[in-house]
Amino acid sequence: MYAIEAEGLVKRYGDTPALDGVDLAVPEGKVLGVLGPNGAGKTTAVRILATLLRADAGTARVGGHDVVAEPTAVRALIGLTGQYASVDEDLSGRENLVLIGRLLGLPDARARAVDLLARFELAEAGDRAVKTYSGGMRRRVDLAASLVGRPRVLYLDEPTTGLDPHSRNEVWSIVRGLVDEGVTVLLTTQYLEEADQLADLITVFDHGRVIATGTPHELKRKTGTQALQVRPTVAADVPAVAAILSDITGAVPHTDADTHVLTVPVADPVLLSTVVRKLDEAGITADELALRLPSLDEVFLSLTGSRA
Amino acid sequence: MTTIHIGPAAGLRHGLALAGRGLTKIRKNPESLLDVTVQPILFLVVFVYLFGGAISGGTGEYLQYLLPGIMVQNIVFASLGTGMALNTDITKGVFDRFRSLPIARSAPLVGAVLADVVRFAVTLVVLIAFAYVLGFRATTDPARFLIAIVLMIVFGLCLCWISVWVGMLVKSPQAVPGTLVAFMLPLTFGSNVFVPAETLPGWLQAWVDINPVSHLATAARALLLGGDWLASTGWAFLWAAGLVAVFFPLALRAYRKRVS
Repeated sequence: MYAIEAEGLVKRYGDTPALDGVDLAVPEGKVLGVLGPNGAGKTTAVRILATLLRADAGTARVGGHDVVAEPTAVRALIGLTGQYASVDEDLSGRENLVLIGRLLGLPDARARAVDLLARFELAEAGDRAVKTYSGGMRRRVDLAASLVGRPRVLYLDEPTTGLDPHSRNEVWSIVRGLVDEGVTVLLTTQYLEEADQLADLITVFDHGRVIATGTPHELKRKTGTQALQVRPTVAADVPAVAAILSDITGAVPHTDADTHVLTVPVADPVLLSTVVRKLDEAGITADELALRLPSLDEVFLSLTGSRA
Repeated sequence: MTTIHIGPAAGLRHGLALAGRGLTKIRKNPESLLDVTVQPILFLVVFVYLFGGAISGGTGEYLQYLLPGIMVQNIVFASLGTGMALNTDITKGVFDRFRSLPIARSAPLVGAVLADVVRFAVTLVVLIAFAYVLGFRATTDPARFLIAIVLMIVFGLCLCWISVWVGMLVKSPQAVPGTLVAFMLPLTFGSNVFVPAETLPGWLQAWVDINPVSHLATAARALLLGGDWLASTGWAFLWAAGLVAVFFPLALRAYRKRVS
């Protein structure tokens, strides 16, 4: 059972396609990370799935409800946090949450606001106007606002853009808590680390298309070969190590001039033991010797040809 | 397939909740009422003391003539606020938050318009109270006085759909007054609010005679000072209905276009 399903979504602004045939599927209770550079169509997709925007072609269902035919049923299931779906800056955090609770017809709108303010560590600031909040508090109140109706599906559109690392960790732990409660999350982000930390599945967008999809682990395996990294203890050994590596792998290693780390792609992990033996025979010691999967950063680079 | 339907009662409840938000904002930020409190007083003082002698040969006499019309003028200006508030909500993203909730589609618009009733009421109370201090006296009865106030507020509610429409069309909240004043100056000054139509050149008189603001001012004068109020009030209400019939659909269409 998929909480979010979309097929062939197309959205054009004039002649420019913002989305050019996007398919998405998020199983219930999972986190889908949508990665992509600015202008890749991430926000457009979220707005369509949140019933704020109508696609030119394609269909989308949330919790089994069609976003065009049954928008109210979809809205009853979702929560939305993004830079465009914000709260009223002139009102206090509490007033914003109570207003949303009233609009949703909650019998205990005030109590719900108190709960959420406490949960998001906003109890003290609850009666101050939102415009006086710090960036992290602001993001927390936006998140709280999207949770008033206890949504089953949550859209987080770049929830940590512009936040300091501490506030970012706070948002991450909130998201993990929601996932533990069974909420399905669609998260867009420009931060590969964020997707790696939170997402069960990752979809990579570029120019309005899905260019890759899978688990973070699958994506890393799919695109790149693994990399072997060696840092000789003595910098003078760099040429000798380079010779050994190119001898074994048949590829010219990349040497970082500052750190003296040599990196070379390897197809077969078994080569690692050969490298260890050859270094040993040559009497070279290494501070660092490792075989690793490419980072999502490198995955992204190899998929799109540009840094995220 | 379950379809959740939002009935009119729920829609009204949503609209009222959002109107309540508008009132909370006024309470927290009373200077947002400056345009409907200080401005009417300034208009009244300037016109009565600067032009009263020249136009009517006396300030007291002119005040009697001016007040009903200047009520209409201030309602017209007060309706600026609706378009600005809505445009602000859209540009700041507050609107998208509301639209992502399972509430009536029209609730944010209805809420904004209902909150404006308060602004209209404030501007009328300030004007009338200040005019009484300056010596204005209604010469009819309380019932007709009340009808005049209801007429003004109904007219304001109908007129603010022009403001909503413009608010949906322009990019930034700051552009709303600039655009609307181009409508409002000919409407308010090209009317019988400040001077009797008979004193104007023929071409201008023709415009003044069809201008809805003139009809409203004539009705308000009849209701406060006496005269044939039934016909003029009827015309005024008809004008208000006409404005809604034209600008409500235009505003709604611009709204749909803006938000999708």
